[in-house]
Amino acid sequence: MPVSIRPESFSLEEGFDPVRNQYNSTWILSKLLQEVPEEDCKILGVTSLDLFVPVLTFVFGEAQLQGKAAVVSSYRLRDELYGLPRNPERLRERLEKEAIHELAHTFGLVHCREPQCVMHSYTYAEEVDFKSKDFCSTCTVLLAQNKKQAAS
Amino acid sequence: MNLKKNDQSVTILIVDDELSVRDSLTKWFIEDGYRADAAADAEEALRKLKPGVWDIIFLDIKLPGMDGMELQQRIKGIDPNATIIMITAYATVDTAVKSLKEGAHDYVTKPVDPDYLSHLVANVVKQRQLLSENIQLKERIQELYEIDQIVGDSPAIQKVFELIKTVAPTDTSVMIRGESGTGKELIARAIHSNSSRRFFPIITVNCGGLTEGLTESEFFGHEKGAFTGALYRRKGKFEMANGGTIFLDEVGNIDMKAQTDLLRVIETKQFTRVGGDDIIEVDFRLICATNRDLELAVKEGRFREDLYYRLNVFSISIPPLRERRSDIVLLCNYFLKKLASSINKPAAGFSPEAVERLKNHDWRGNVRELRNAVERAIVVAKGPTITLDDLPIPPSSEAAAEDSSLEAVESVHIKSVLEQMGWNITRSAEMLGIDRATLYSKIKKYGLRK
Repeated sequence: MPVSIRPESFSLEEGFDPVRNQYNSTWILSKLLQEVPEEDCKILGVTSLDLFVPVLTFVFGEAQLQGKAAVVSSYRLRDELYGLPRNPERLRERLEKEAIHELAHTFGLVHCREPQCVMHSYTYAEEVDFKSKDFCSTCTVLLAQNKKQAAS
Repeated sequence: MNLKKNDQSVTILIVDDELSVRDSLTKWFIEDGYRADAAADAEEALRKLKPGVWDIIFLDIKLPGMDGMELQQRIKGIDPNATIIMITAYATVDTAVKSLKEGAHDYVTKPVDPDYLSHLVANVVKQRQLLSENIQLKERIQELYEIDQIVGDSPAIQKVFELIKTVAPTDTSVMIRGESGTGKELIARAIHSNSSRRFFPIITVNCGGLTEGLTESEFFGHEKGAFTGALYRRKGKFEMANGGTIFLDEVGNIDMKAQTDLLRVIETKQFTRVGGDDIIEVDFRLICATNRDLELAVKEGRFREDLYYRLNVFSISIPPLRERRSDIVLLCNYFLKKLASSINKPAAGFSPEAVERLKNHDWRGNVRELRNAVERAIVVAKGPTITLDDLPIPPSSEAAAEDSSLEAVESVHIKSVLEQMGWNITRSAEMLGIDRATLYSKIKKYGLRK
């Protein structure tokens, strides 16, 4: 699947909530949607900022279910936030899993109960380590079906 | 992945005036595999509310117009089974606590920790599944009980089933009429099992066996020291039946004092224990049974007329077995299957002659007599098939036909029952619906011998 990387092209200041000291991920999604270059393309925003949706204290990321845009943050995935030494390799792995997870939402996949499946929803950074980067057999089939349907 | 499929049937409604809260929660739950929708105010929520549509409702305490607390009450009125979770800001925790007292399951404060929210919903789903399973199991048990106990295909017994179905869901008092052995208690249990009181007890009082003077204590209980021998406080049958059904068997046998007490508790749903002052309130449904002619008892002044009308609101008459002969073979096979396994003896069926004898017998002791006859036949049968020789039924119809006077028929019948019961006087008297002294006098009168 062809992938292109773009630098940040819009300011995030408008999405900042000074009371919460966090960035509104839903607002970021709406901005990302304006950046989608082609019809059959998905866009994933990657940031190191602390993200939130209004009703929740934080989110690792957010996606448009069966849509085009997703955003993922490394902020809460960092070990140093929990008093541990920096671990760039672990952070990269966690971020990769969350990026796959959020992008899969844009292909219509919902959360999965299989603890090892990348679509399992964990809300603690250390729990993200439990799951793999792969889809379970059911989610693999669902993803293939959804991609086929979207293409037709 | 099965759980994922199950969760997709769970429905969640979010009621909040903030668009961002509605959108983010709806999205969160849909991503979690639930079916979710949102409403911006009470009016929209009420439009979307129908009984059984929403499993879980997230409800903002502060809403424009009708507030969340008021809406909670309305929701409870429309769908009492929906699980309500209040959404609140820190400033309104007091209100949230109040809502819990009024039946909300829990509350969350904005912004809510995603982990807490996930667990909260997962626990509610689990709890609702268990509750639903529990109700289904209870219903299944009741269903098994009903199917297991009452057997019959004849139009006469089908009419009884119809009456049970009609009266069971109501709270109406029922009078069950029928000869001894027709299964009056089973009918009472079937009514109870099919009523909304089924999760509470059905308490049976055999009024025919009540000792005069102790009836009041049996009905209403007594306090410690209420009378000689009352060493401890004792609950009466009406107190035990609270929430459920009280079944007064052989109600025609109670004395005048007990009739007055009974009338009072039926009218007021209150009583005091013997020797006590505290008024106890009870909620019960009344089912009575009798094989006596209560109308005659009223006419002769032996039964209070006002009580009679209180008890006899809805009457069910169980036909004697001889009036539903088409059920006899069905009942025989039913008892054969049930009893053979319980006494661990193989029994395949009845010989054609045995079936004919069973069908033609008069069964004055009704289903109880039939059951005992089948049980005895299984015990004495040498092979798996029950033959004419195994049946404890003499060809009584033919014997009686020679002399059809009442006394001759009575004599033959008493002898038949005695033989069937192995000359056990107590059991024979019970089957005949008379006391032991009467049976002894009849044995003497007719010169019956083993």
